[in-house]
Amino acid sequence: MKYIALIYSNEATDPVPGSDEFTRLIGEYRAATEKFIEDGVMVAGDPLESVNTATTLRARNGNLDTIDGPFAETKEQLGGYYIFECDNLDDALKYAAMIPTVNYGSIEVRPIMTIEG
Amino acid sequence: MVSSSSPPINFDVAIQKIVREEWGYLLSSLIKSLNDLTLAEDALQDAVEAALHHWRRNGLPKAPNAWLLTTAKRKAIDKIRRDRNFDSKKQDYLFLTEPDSAAAEDEFDVPDERLRLIFTCCHPALDKKISVALTLQLLGGLSTAEISHAFLITRETMAQRLVRGKRKIKQAAIPFVVPDKSIFSERLDAVLSVLYLIFNEGYSATSGEKHVRGELCNEAIRLARILYRLRPTEPEVIALLALMLIHDSRRTARFSGSGELVTLENQDRRLWKKDQINEGKKLVEEALGCGNPGPYQIQAAISAVHADAASYDETDWREIALLYQELYKLNPTPVIELNRLVALSYFTSAEEQLDNLNRLESEFRDYQPFYAAKADFLNRCGHYKQAIKYYKLALKHSGNENEKQFFERRLKSIMPLQEC
Repeated sequence: MKYIALIYSNEATDPVPGSDEFTRLIGEYRAATEKFIEDGVMVAGDPLESVNTATTLRARNGNLDTIDGPFAETKEQLGGYYIFECDNLDDALKYAAMIPTVNYGSIEVRPIMTIEG
Repeated sequence: MVSSSSPPINFDVAIQKIVREEWGYLLSSLIKSLNDLTLAEDALQDAVEAALHHWRRNGLPKAPNAWLLTTAKRKAIDKIRRDRNFDSKKQDYLFLTEPDSAAAEDEFDVPDERLRLIFTCCHPALDKKISVALTLQLLGGLSTAEISHAFLITRETMAQRLVRGKRKIKQAAIPFVVPDKSIFSERLDAVLSVLYLIFNEGYSATSGEKHVRGELCNEAIRLARILYRLRPTEPEVIALLALMLIHDSRRTARFSGSGELVTLENQDRRLWKKDQINEGKKLVEEALGCGNPGPYQIQAAISAVHADAASYDETDWREIALLYQELYKLNPTPVIELNRLVALSYFTSAEEQLDNLNRLESEFRDYQPFYAAKADFLNRCGHYKQAIKYYKLALKHSGNENEKQFFERRLKSIMPLQEC
């Protein structure tokens, strides 16, 4: 089964590139990703550019509306994701808990739907 | 009119009793073989209907549980066959059609898989309310109607809750396993808190509905006994069972003849169920003997000290204060500190503890038990004017009729003294 781990944190207080904190975080992410690959659960995973770069689209009655910004303003923003191949939720939660952002942000784990046929 | 050929009505009651007793056992065994909660539940439900029909005519089989399990397996096969993908899945279900599974209808010898089911129902990925409902239905064998009745919510709301839970178990693949060592104790805590929630839902019932809700206490105790049987060496499991038994021993004494709540202080202790207290006390000792004290063990020990006292005044308050101190170390909350100070005030005096209580005041906001305790302290110290103020606050923040009446009586009795 595939699970997506959505990584949320407050961009305003995230470690800034160039800081020691940021360098340490990158190191932790590298180690976590290696562990996911080593255990054979890694399907994909990427960080996202800042929420300031988001563009949201809505088409209604044939009119396409293009909006600068994310779909909703929230306290924590989606900043990246992993997709894991796991047997069950316990395994997925075990790996999601290894994502470094769990220590200051939130990780939402959701099963990816399988479309049969 | 019941025709003369019908079996007596208590036959149906007997069948329902068997079904409820065996439900969790049979269902977990079926989930284990079918690897599908909904299929297992539907098959077992069908088997029960067949049993009602069959047993009424032919009488009870030698081993009703084995009969139900075999029939449920047959029903499951029928259901799978009707599924158009059966051919592709045939290999997966071969075990169901093996001849020996249908043979031994008079012998019941299947492994107890209920522990897996408990952990699935109480998985932390499920909302606690959903866990409570799932545990009562899947393990306890209660119907949606019975559960919604006990929780004073509509059947639709409860049905939705159950459906949501089962859907999440299936779609998010919450496993049907006993968690491994690395997460076992954390998951066990979740299970215990669900059982205690069920118990307290029944125990905190105040008036009219107390009978149905008392059933929740019985059910929580029954489930705790099952857990204890499956995991006999977990001190917190033993302690939770003890705690519930001792609390529940006071069920009758907690209500007056007119149905009003009676506080521990004023209960007729002759009404306490001695056998339950004795069993509870034995279990407390057993749990503490494991040498790994946890919050349920300390709470059970506290309730055992109360159970030992011939009257409220003769309670060993020193011991109770010490136990609250231990509990505070594990779980430092102002409520536990409040309880410790109350116990201390009986062992020392209200005067000596009043300063400590005042220091705690900023930790609470509109918390009725704090106001009640402070009013009591002030009353005992003779500061009647202040005591009136706090009884009024307690009265204002009480949600319970019986409590309100209690505070009103107190107020009436000290009003004349307020000039002091």
